[in-house]
Amino acid sequence: MKINVNGESQSVSAVTLADALIELGFGDAKVATAVNEDFVPAGLRAAHILNEGDRLEVLAPMQGG
Amino acid sequence: MRQFYGVTLDNPLMLGTALYPSPAILADAFEESKAAVATVSLRRESGQDKAGQEFWSMIRDLGVAILPNTAGCHTVKEAVTTAHMAREVFDTKWIKLEVIGHTDTLQPDVFGLVEAARILTEDGFQVFPYTTEDLVVADKLLNAGCEVLMPWGAPIGSGQGLNNILGLRTLRAHFEDVPLVVDAGIGLPSHAAQAMELGYDAVLLNTAVAKAGDPAQMARAMALAVEAGQLAAVADPMEPRDMAAPSTPVIGKAFLE
Repeated sequence: MKINVNGESQSVSAVTLADALIELGFGDAKVATAVNEDFVPAGLRAAHILNEGDRLEVLAPMQGG
Repeated sequence: MRQFYGVTLDNPLMLGTALYPSPAILADAFEESKAAVATVSLRRESGQDKAGQEFWSMIRDLGVAILPNTAGCHTVKEAVTTAHMAREVFDTKWIKLEVIGHTDTLQPDVFGLVEAARILTEDGFQVFPYTTEDLVVADKLLNAGCEVLMPWGAPIGSGQGLNNILGLRTLRAHFEDVPLVVDAGIGLPSHAAQAMELGYDAVLLNTAVAKAGDPAQMARAMALAVEAGQLAAVADPMEPRDMAAPSTPVIGKAFLE
């Protein structure tokens, strides 16, 4: 299925958010996720089913002021 | 030193981590600044290069408290969601809450700020609100549950110093027991010293150090400035006066006319 990952269209075969993160190369990286503009805590990723067209944001620590 | 949500800082300087020429220079600047807090942010991560992971490893090695921000958020929803994501990634209740209201001045949308502060406080966050020096807004932020206030000195990245000293002094006078931090607008060590001389509890700055020709040296200058300003505030400065007053005693002066 096609989902939007950080603003770019990507194809994933994973069904859950947890599996999609692995498939997209994030593995055990320190990231936070939101789907369709709502925060999905790490503990809920395995149970979160992705749907066609979902907008996934994967954020990580970055420089800030 | 006043406490920030129960945490006593060794040094009243909070330093941003953005805009440095290199990670090594960032680390040098932190060492020279003796900053007790590092501000950080969240941005989109790539599954390929994973730049954020390396950055996070370096920041953890600094051994300072982490204050994540919601920089770039223009709505309450965006700021609240970002705060939740930051709490999970950085494992801290602290959040430097920014709800930006204008793209040119980057001044806070104080109405959204108060609303977001209330939502986050009720959800267990310890909010450091980036606000203006407006007394009424400050009061509403405290009522919303904030225990720290961070009024701006001048627009972010402008280096203009303290644009409204009267307003900052008014905040200090009205909220004697609230930890106050001047956040944004600092360009020179003299600005940082001035904030501390006003009785502020800390200064948060980034661009003034990161964009200096020699960030590490400027970081040291800022460390000395906040220390000087803090000592001066405790020392109870003299009152300024309009007319001269001789410091050398007049009594005993020879008559030589």
